[in-house]
Amino acid sequence: MSEIDYLNASYTLRSWFLTTDHKRIAILFFASLTVFFFIGGAAATLIRIELATPQADLVSADGYNRLFTMHGVIMVWFFLIPSIPNTLGNFIVPLMIGARDLAFPRLNLASWYLFMLGGTVTLFAIFAGGIDTGWTFYTPFSTLYSNSYVLVAVSGVFIVGFSSILTGLNFIVTIHRLRAPGLTWYRLPLFIWSLYATSVILVLATPVLAITLVLLAAERFFGVGIFDPRIGGDPLLFQHLFWFYSHPAVYIMILPGMGVVNELISCFSRKEIFGYKFVAWASLAIAAVGFLVWGHHMFVSGQSLLASLVFSFMSFIVAVPSAIKVFNWTATLHKGSIRFDAPMLYALAFIGLFTIGGLTGLFLACLAYDVHATDTYFVVAHFHYIMVGGMVTAYFGGLHYWWPKITGRLYSEGWARAAAILIFFGFNLTFFPQFVLGAEGMPRRYHVYPPEFQVWNVLSSGGATILAAAYLLPLFYLGYSLFFGARASANPWNAPGLEWQTASPPPEFNFATQPMVTRGPYQYSTDFEPEPQNA
Amino acid sequence: MWREWIPFWQGGLSPYGGDVDLLFIGLLVASSLVLGLLFVLLALFCIRYRAGNQVDRANHEAKSWHWEVGWTTASLVCFLLLFLWGANVFFEIYKTPQGELTVFVVAKQWMWKVQHAGGQTEINALHIPVNRPMRLVMASQDVIHSFFIPALRLKHDVVPGRFQDVEIEAKRPGHYHLFCAEYCGTDHSGMTGEIIAMEAPDYAAWLRQQGPGTPLAQEGSALFRELGCSGCHGTGSKVRAPLLEGLYGKPVPLADGSTVIADDKYIRDSILLPRSQIAAGYDAVMPSFEGKISEDQLLRLVTYIKLLGENHP
Repeated sequence: MSEIDYLNASYTLRSWFLTTDHKRIAILFFASLTVFFFIGGAAATLIRIELATPQADLVSADGYNRLFTMHGVIMVWFFLIPSIPNTLGNFIVPLMIGARDLAFPRLNLASWYLFMLGGTVTLFAIFAGGIDTGWTFYTPFSTLYSNSYVLVAVSGVFIVGFSSILTGLNFIVTIHRLRAPGLTWYRLPLFIWSLYATSVILVLATPVLAITLVLLAAERFFGVGIFDPRIGGDPLLFQHLFWFYSHPAVYIMILPGMGVVNELISCFSRKEIFGYKFVAWASLAIAAVGFLVWGHHMFVSGQSLLASLVFSFMSFIVAVPSAIKVFNWTATLHKGSIRFDAPMLYALAFIGLFTIGGLTGLFLACLAYDVHATDTYFVVAHFHYIMVGGMVTAYFGGLHYWWPKITGRLYSEGWARAAAILIFFGFNLTFFPQFVLGAEGMPRRYHVYPPEFQVWNVLSSGGATILAAAYLLPLFYLGYSLFFGARASANPWNAPGLEWQTASPPPEFNFATQPMVTRGPYQYSTDFEPEPQNA
Repeated sequence: MWREWIPFWQGGLSPYGGDVDLLFIGLLVASSLVLGLLFVLLALFCIRYRAGNQVDRANHEAKSWHWEVGWTTASLVCFLLLFLWGANVFFEIYKTPQGELTVFVVAKQWMWKVQHAGGQTEINALHIPVNRPMRLVMASQDVIHSFFIPALRLKHDVVPGRFQDVEIEAKRPGHYHLFCAEYCGTDHSGMTGEIIAMEAPDYAAWLRQQGPGTPLAQEGSALFRELGCSGCHGTGSKVRAPLLEGLYGKPVPLADGSTVIADDKYIRDSILLPRSQIAAGYDAVMPSFEGKISEDQLLRLVTYIKLLGENHP
């Protein structure tokens, strides 16, 4: 029982906060992200409670604006973007490719410190007085009219951007240089392919965000005329720059989720992913074309009609590789041997919710309908289906799948399945009504609203209550498993991936001997041996 | 469009409202088909191929490329059709306004100020006659707002520093919501109003009832003198400045050799940024009025200059 692994190798604070072990850094990220997830979630809960009635009752108008800004900023930059890459990715990537660590272990630690610094600065802005610009920081509101802590919050986001860049850089170099002997590109698990695509976007797009935020600060602080027309600027320039980052950032937030789902679908249907190469290249296609669609956020802004036409066309094109993925996942199930463990429930939920999110994305890419639907709850519902229904669901799926590897413990399968099902229903009840609200014309970011919208808002708020409770469940049963869960074997899912060929939890340097790879990633034994879990 | 041949189809409340609704239904049907197919397949595979169920799993599809090409092409064709359909209706919504009636809308934190050509002013309300296209010229005094009438399927941002014009037309009388759809600060959700579409006689009566306001052009004429414009642009002035009579709607040759049409936007830019487009043959001596003039004053001046154009064809 006293095998030395990465967790019990040392217990000092120093050994955690100055560690260069990718597994410990993943744990540091995991703990910090969990805190941010629940802060952002608390803001969302307050928003939904406020919206249960058409009048203002819980918070003031300024309070409401600060809540949704805080929810957006925290969830986008301090949860969704780093979620899978920095926790599961950090932990699993070196294990999956048979490496001892990431290429730059100290850069990895620096990434966490930058994340924490950015997070602290942003939290300071939020608790010192808040920000009321929305997570999009649109000018000239943010540069001239907002009386809130814009500069501080923008600094926080600026800093955390460097954390993203360092992580992206680290992954790219690691995947190029540290693959085990015999691990060719087409033998890589698809999780690696999607993280590679994600990293390319992180490295190329994040600097543009940094530049944009510096320009914003220059205008707000020094009065340099860049975005404000009164001093010679152009407000739409900000939108172009911001969405040049923020639309690719949407793919940063979904590609890793797609990557996780490949692993889950394949494992729990005991089959190779159908159309491996198509799925792999679809990730890179999304990353590339994703840079050419930003103008679809600006169809009603007064940009030229021709530009709108081109951006609409490109937005339809970028949907094709996503469609390819969905079809391939479905085809993978055909003639599989499917078991419905908690991770698989999350994966199936992901396919359904992501597809709804993707299809409603086509509504918004479609020019004439976007004129009606943009800036309404239709958009809010659409991107929550992708971000929460997609990414967060995949995050939970991956977390459950690799939990035995990360912690060396098994969680309660019964509770895990119950939570997965509850999250699915809570999610749909929260966000489906918002499609109806948007189609009927309720604008987003409204603190008070006309009474005819109340019915759907009440449904949505009711769903949010269920969803909030469902998201708390894993905190308890996963937390419980840390101390009282049964010990996990090295390979509880009987999976062929390299990460399962070492102990759970892995030793400090991952593998006792350098693994060699002679086959593709998904060589599952055709008949599923039922693995008893402690239900 | 062709929707007129669909039996029992109720056209929308605006000329293109029905087209947008039909597009929505088209998108809904296409999505439901895809989603339905996907869910049926997922359910079918999950039940049939559940672990432990004794079914034939041999000979599963090994070569996949023809499936890949199949569904990629199918999605692409489907998407292209939706793209073309959406673009087609889009150009109907944002076509160049033709309406001979012009109404000015000034958006500011947090109200909509509407000014009719006859001088009638409304706050957070806009009266329009039915079945008569109207040209809205919109400007923002501060941050970005967005003019959104869900019932008419019409939305356009109002970005500070420029005029934006859209055409608005309602097919049936009624009261419709007006929302600000672009987040604009504290009272964003209070920046709402009403569009009141009326039959032509009712609209005429309403205009009369508002009492004789000073027409915008007349106020603009007063401003033209107060702000000193007439000192240079007036007839008989000593400074050599372009005459504005008969200017509106005409091509203006510029110093850099290009030509622009003297529309609202050009006149506005010439007042605020006189050095950006200099008329050929004139010196760049006009001072900028940026920051010295409000959107309300600006649109009065533009209306006046426009009138000068119409009186001198």
